[in-house]
Amino acid sequence: MTRSGSSSTAAEYAVAHGLKPTGLRPSFWHYLKGIWQRRSFISAFAWAKVESANAESRLGQFWQLINPLFSAAIYYFIFGVLLQTSRGIENFVAYLVVGVFLFTLIQRSISAGASSIRTNIGLVRALHFPRAILPISAVLEQLIAFGASLFIMIPVLLLTGEPITWSWLLFFPAVLIVVTFCMGASLLFARLAANTKDVSQILPFGLRAWMYASGVFYSVDRFTAGFPEWVTTVLNLNPGAIFLQITRDALLESYSAPAIVWVWAAGWAVGSFVIGFLVFWSDEAAYGQS
Amino acid sequence: MAKAKASVVTKVDLNPTVVVDDVHVTYRVRGSGRSASLRRLLGKGKSIKEVHAVRGISFTANHGEAIGLVGRNGSGKSTLLRVIAGLLPPTRGTVFTDAQPSLLGVNAALVGGLTGTRNIELGCLALGMSKKEVAKRFDSIVQFSGLGEFIDMPMNAYSSGMGARLRFAIAASISHDILLIDEALATGDAEFRARSEERIQQLREQAGTVILVSHSLGSILQTCDRTIWIDKGQIQMDGPTKEVVTKYDEWAKAHGVGKARRDRAALD
Repeated sequence: MTRSGSSSTAAEYAVAHGLKPTGLRPSFWHYLKGIWQRRSFISAFAWAKVESANAESRLGQFWQLINPLFSAAIYYFIFGVLLQTSRGIENFVAYLVVGVFLFTLIQRSISAGASSIRTNIGLVRALHFPRAILPISAVLEQLIAFGASLFIMIPVLLLTGEPITWSWLLFFPAVLIVVTFCMGASLLFARLAANTKDVSQILPFGLRAWMYASGVFYSVDRFTAGFPEWVTTVLNLNPGAIFLQITRDALLESYSAPAIVWVWAAGWAVGSFVIGFLVFWSDEAAYGQS
Repeated sequence: MAKAKASVVTKVDLNPTVVVDDVHVTYRVRGSGRSASLRRLLGKGKSIKEVHAVRGISFTANHGEAIGLVGRNGSGKSTLLRVIAGLLPPTRGTVFTDAQPSLLGVNAALVGGLTGTRNIELGCLALGMSKKEVAKRFDSIVQFSGLGEFIDMPMNAYSSGMGARLRFAIAASISHDILLIDEALATGDAEFRARSEERIQQLREQAGTVILVSHSLGSILQTCDRTIWIDKGQIQMDGPTKEVVTKYDEWAKAHGVGKARRDRAALD
C-alpha cells in the first residue's frame, strides 16, 4: 500500500523515489535563469497592459499623459509665482517640467510595481513563473508611458528656449539608472505589500513626502540654510534629488551636475536593484497566499 | 531497512509522481463590519477567523494514473489542487513531486482588453515558451479553441465559455508531466468537451499523472480510474472511480447536494 500512514514514512518514501518537496524557493541562479528565459514575456506583458489600457479608454490615456503637465502648471503657480522659489533658477519652467515628469515616472513605477502581485493575483495563482517578473514588467509599463509623455515634455523644453545639445544623449543613461532604481524599489515594496495590505495605503504619502524633499520645484539648498550641514547633505544625496540632478544635467543647458553625482546615481540604482531583488526572491514561495 | 527494500520492489510497478503528506491549509479571514474593525482597533477579541480548508490530507499518485477529486462546494478540492501545484503554500505538511506540476484552471486571468491572438501569445510566453515555439503552436491552439474569427476580438467580448475554451487550449498546448485540471471540462459545449476529454487522454499518455477536479461525475467516470472523495477538508474515500462515485452520489442524494449538477452529469 502506498497510501501513507505516518507522515515520516511518507516523506521517506517520497525521497526514496527521488521526489522533491514543492513550493520551495528556487535557488538564486535557477531564479535568474527563469527570468531570463521569460524575457519576452516581461516586455510582451508590459506592452499588452499599455495596449489594453489604450483600448479601454483612449481619453483616459490622454489624461494620464497630460496629467504631469497640469501638475507642473499648478506647481508653477504656487512655487514659481506665489512662493517665488524660482529665484536663482534659470528657465524655471523647464526646470520644473523635467522634475515633475521624472518624478511622475518614479512615483507611478514604484506604486504600480508595489501592487503588481495583488493586481495580477489571478495570474500568480494560475501559472508558474518567477514572480519578480510582475514588478519588473509593471515598471516597464510605466517606462513605456513615460516614453509617450516625452512628446509633451520635449516640446515644452524647446518652447522655453532650451537648445538641443550633445548632452541630451546623457538622458538615456539617466533614464536607465532611474528605471533600474525603480525596479529595485518596486521589488522591495511588492514584497512588503504582499505581506501587509497597509503598505500600499501608506506608500503614496511616502512617495509624496519624498518628492517634496527632493527638490522638484526648488533647489534643496534654498531651504536648509538654517539647518545643520548634514541635513543639506542627506537631502542632496537622497536618490530623488540625485536623479533630478542627473536628468537636469542632461537636458538643461543652464544646469550642470558634477560627475560624482552620476556615480551616486549609479550606486543608488545598483544598490536598490540588488537589495530589492534579493529581498523579493527570499520570499518567492509565499506569493499567492491570500 | 526492510522498508527501503520494499519500496525498491514496488518501484517497478508503482512509480510515485506525487506524494501528498498530511497537508493542512488554514486561511485567515478578517471579520468585517463596524464592530469587527472596532474590536480590532481596541485590541479586544479576535476579529481574525481561521478557516481550516484542508485538514490533513495524504495520498500518493503514481505514474500513468488519472485521479478524480470529488466533493461538494467548499470541501477543499480546489485549494488542495493549488497546494499540489505549488501555487499555495500549505500551512502544515508537504507535497513531494518528481516534476513541476501544471495547474490548468479556468480562472487563469488573461488580459481582457486584448484580442485572443495577443492572449495566446502572452499565455504561451508565461508558460515559458520561446517566441518561435509560440508561432509554431499558434494555429493548432486557435483551431483547438474553436473560436474562429472571434480570435481577433478582445477577450472582454467573449462569453465565459469562450474565454475558458481559449485558456484551456493555451494550457493544453504543451505536455505536462503532472497535470492538474480544475473544472476545465465543465465549460464549453458538448463538442468542445469531447475534444478536451480526448486531449486529456493524450496528455495522460504523455504525462505521468493527471488529477482532475470536477463537479461533473460524468467526466470523472470518463477520464479517471481512481477517485478521491473529499469532504470538509478530509478524505472520505479513496479507491476505484466507480465505487467512490457511486458512494458519493448516494451520499450527495441523501444530503441534497448538487442536484442540478447530478442531473447534468446523468445526461452526459
